[in-house]
Amino acid sequence: MADLNPISAWRRLLVLPNESRTKTLFVAFLTAVVCAVVVSAATVILRPIQAANRAAEVQVRLEALLTAIPGMADLLDEAEDATLVSVVVNLDTGHAAKDVTPETLETALLDTANWTALTPEQDLADIGNRPDFVRVYMLREADEVELLVLPIFGAGYNGRIEALIALRGDMETIAGMTVTDQSETPGLGARIEEPAWQAEFAGTRYVDDSGEMRFAVAHGPSTSDYEVDGITGATRTSNAMTRIVRFWLGPTGYGPLIESVRDGEF
Amino acid sequence: MAADPRLRSALIAPLVAKNPITLQILGICSALAVTTSLDTALTMAVSLTVVLVLSSLIVSTIRRHIPGTIRLIVQIVIVASLVIVIDQFLQAYFFDISQRLSVFVALITTNCLVLGRTESFARSNPPLASMADALGNGLGYSLVLVTIGAIRELFGTGTLLGLQVFETVDQGGWFTPLSLMLLAPSAFFLLGGLVWAVRSLLPEQAEARETTPPEVEEARP
Repeated sequence: MADLNPISAWRRLLVLPNESRTKTLFVAFLTAVVCAVVVSAATVILRPIQAANRAAEVQVRLEALLTAIPGMADLLDEAEDATLVSVVVNLDTGHAAKDVTPETLETALLDTANWTALTPEQDLADIGNRPDFVRVYMLREADEVELLVLPIFGAGYNGRIEALIALRGDMETIAGMTVTDQSETPGLGARIEEPAWQAEFAGTRYVDDSGEMRFAVAHGPSTSDYEVDGITGATRTSNAMTRIVRFWLGPTGYGPLIESVRDGEF
Repeated sequence: MAADPRLRSALIAPLVAKNPITLQILGICSALAVTTSLDTALTMAVSLTVVLVLSSLIVSTIRRHIPGTIRLIVQIVIVASLVIVIDQFLQAYFFDISQRLSVFVALITTNCLVLGRTESFARSNPPLASMADALGNGLGYSLVLVTIGAIRELFGTGTLLGLQVFETVDQGGWFTPLSLMLLAPSAFFLLGGLVWAVRSLLPEQAEARETTPPEVEEARP
């Protein structure tokens, strides 16, 4: 009669020779299950803390970006009616999203219908799919948009680069840029985090008078109004930054939104 | 611990005499990448030591039940799981440093040092001895990382753990930072210098020449 007692079954498994097929499968299975449980538990338990860390990081960077922009601190202090508002925009139309609010944005983006697949020619930033709804920040003073802060992201050399880019009221000049998340090579590509390099973005124009995209991270020192200095030893990361900025400020990125801001819609 | 001389030698030998980095040249990939500043080097050293000790403990505990055919897979799965847990922990509680360490914590999995110790020592020794050996090797790795990290941070930026030690020229002082120290090649130079220094002091570590050049008699007229 088969012995169904689990304890004696466990003992019989342990005394099997290590080379037996049953024991090999058993050990492999048990190791996999235990490790999976440990890893899942750690991820699930620690996720709320990590999410809070990331949100705090974005907030800190947003504030740092705003204060780093020349004249920004004065503007915030002086103008009583200058207010920073956050708006969810529809990237396809360039208008404020009708039924998505900052609170429901996360739920809306779980639905794949709210993402647009990009063709390889469009996909400069190498992201595959682009969300249709994005939360952007605007600084308004007396019915004029003084500053437009846009989250941007794309593939870097080692992983995803996330950043915030701010445009001045003329919608042609970059007011500032800050990297919120990256995993580039420490000491080389990771220097995109350095404030000294990010400060180069302030005052850089990204389109010329005919409206053609001209922004680039130069190979070496910048030579025109449209370029920022390249990072020595980090060509791939520099190129990635060029592509990410060009994609997001271009027609498949925030282009329609920038148009409607120019038309005075916001 | 002092009672058992074998445990003590397992703990102390890997610090200098059998240092995993300078003698065995194991695990140098991460040692070079994270040593641009002292605090990343310290975090990496602590993470690796914790992973090494825990994986040695686990592998050594189940050592009699690991089938020889799948032993490497079992070991690497255990190591990888521990690494993920540590990585998640750093992301939750040491967010800044984990951002700067980026992928290198995750790459502890492939660090030859960890698999080397579990495969060559923990698999055939009882848990306590394995943990002493793992801790010794972890500390030996840490010693090299902290040394190189301190030199690179001090001469590369004039700071230690973010505190200004040398006034740089930018701040009106005398010290011109050596930017080379922050680039990857300097880590190779420093590590090479360290290996040379250790082998000069302890000549028994030097490896035997693989070939000896033939002696050529000079032709005399």
